[in-house]
Amino acid sequence: MLRFNKSLIIIALGASLAACGDSNNNEVVTPPTPEPVSYQFSVEVSNLTAGQPFSPVALIAHNEGNLWQIGESSSAALELMAEGGDNSELLNFASAIATSSGDAPVGPGAQTTLTVTTSSLEELKLSLATMMVNTNDGFTGLNSIDVSALTVDEALTHFTFAYDAGTEANSEAEGSIPGPADGGEGFNEARDDIDLVSMHPGVVSQQDGLSGSTLNSEHKFDNPLAKIVITRTQ
Amino acid sequence: MKASTLSLAAIAVLASQSVMAAELELKLTNLTQGIHFTPILITAHNNEEHLFEVAMPASTALQTMAEGGNLDPLVAQATAAGSDMAANPAAGLLAPTTSTMTTLMTTDGNDYLSVTAMLLPTNDGFVGLDSWKIPTEAGTYTVYLNGYDAGTEANDELVVAGSGAPGTPGIPAAPGGNAGTGGAGLTSTESNTNVHIHAGNLGDDDLSAGASDLSNTVHRWLNPVAKLTVTVK
Repeated sequence: MLRFNKSLIIIALGASLAACGDSNNNEVVTPPTPEPVSYQFSVEVSNLTAGQPFSPVALIAHNEGNLWQIGESSSAALELMAEGGDNSELLNFASAIATSSGDAPVGPGAQTTLTVTTSSLEELKLSLATMMVNTNDGFTGLNSIDVSALTVDEALTHFTFAYDAGTEANSEAEGSIPGPADGGEGFNEARDDIDLVSMHPGVVSQQDGLSGSTLNSEHKFDNPLAKIVITRTQ
Repeated sequence: MKASTLSLAAIAVLASQSVMAAELELKLTNLTQGIHFTPILITAHNNEEHLFEVAMPASTALQTMAEGGNLDPLVAQATAAGSDMAANPAAGLLAPTTSTMTTLMTTDGNDYLSVTAMLLPTNDGFVGLDSWKIPTEAGTYTVYLNGYDAGTEANDELVVAGSGAPGTPGIPAAPGGNAGTGGAGLTSTESNTNVHIHAGNLGDDDLSAGASDLSNTVHRWLNPVAKLTVTVK
């Protein structure tokens, strides 16, 4: 143990001599070992709907930007997620510092917890998105929630709204919905709706007057869609 | 000495004004996918005034706005009450997903903010905010607004040109151009004749017949229908 320490000092001395190039300086400088700083957040997502499973949740830590904006066109990455539940492109968000993805869909009434770790709190935002899979292009989530002021064990609770990516008409037609209600097509690059993100007008369903709909009354939803609890754990 | 006393006095006056009056920056976003807002009225008023109140009958002025989008009687009412107002900040309709911005200087005592605009196409639906207390602390605040029903006209969901006058059945216009014709009419009665949360458009999937002229995949909405961002300077 003693020997080990000695050799360490010799190595450190040699390094400091080599670094400063000053042969008269015999002080042993112990470099300060920086505390490894990391900040961790757990994000609990509860699916509040009657019959809309959520696609694997995408959680993104970032300093700037938005995953979507009401009144703007969806990014291709958002469209991919909102039409087919595939969050892989969304997780490549250009301003992302750290990301996390749920490993499975979250069923109605179910809950999941994701974790994300960052090395700085400055200007830190969290965003989250998931598709209601028994819709054409409906999604929910949180856009750029500031978590920079959260202390350890402090939590923020949010209830989310339903959004419409505006990239696929809400036909509810057989073959157009990727979720278990239909098992139809997910992403299709054609954009045949208003091509602007808005709040979702809701699912109509066959029983409520859309004769070509493959959905039924249990697929209807109202706001809010999800309960999200963000807790800083470290 | 005299000058410094004067400037102190001036500062005191400014400070007391900033407590009671406010400079507001306002941004209103239509969150819906398929509903237009008619000209918007935003007022700052005292705690006695209202543009509307839930569970109370609509005033004739509110009815005129909610059935046809005509703001004039509400503006006259607000003017008479000494309210501060931003009338028609979007200079016409506010289309789905779009926003309008305006500023409002409030005077002493006008500490409450209210908003109305008709929802098209509806019979007497409107987006509303009643008497939101304006914060005294500078900052940016977000308020979500719901869709209300004035309770003054049966929701027959029939688009009838020229039906915007109070008491005339029908929806005066569907600005998105995506409504139908030939509907039989959903209903001719309205049991709740007080202002209430709108039950939503029903619509149907037949644009040339059916009960409603509205489309059930285009003209429905879920609350909230608007987002108001208020920056208190």
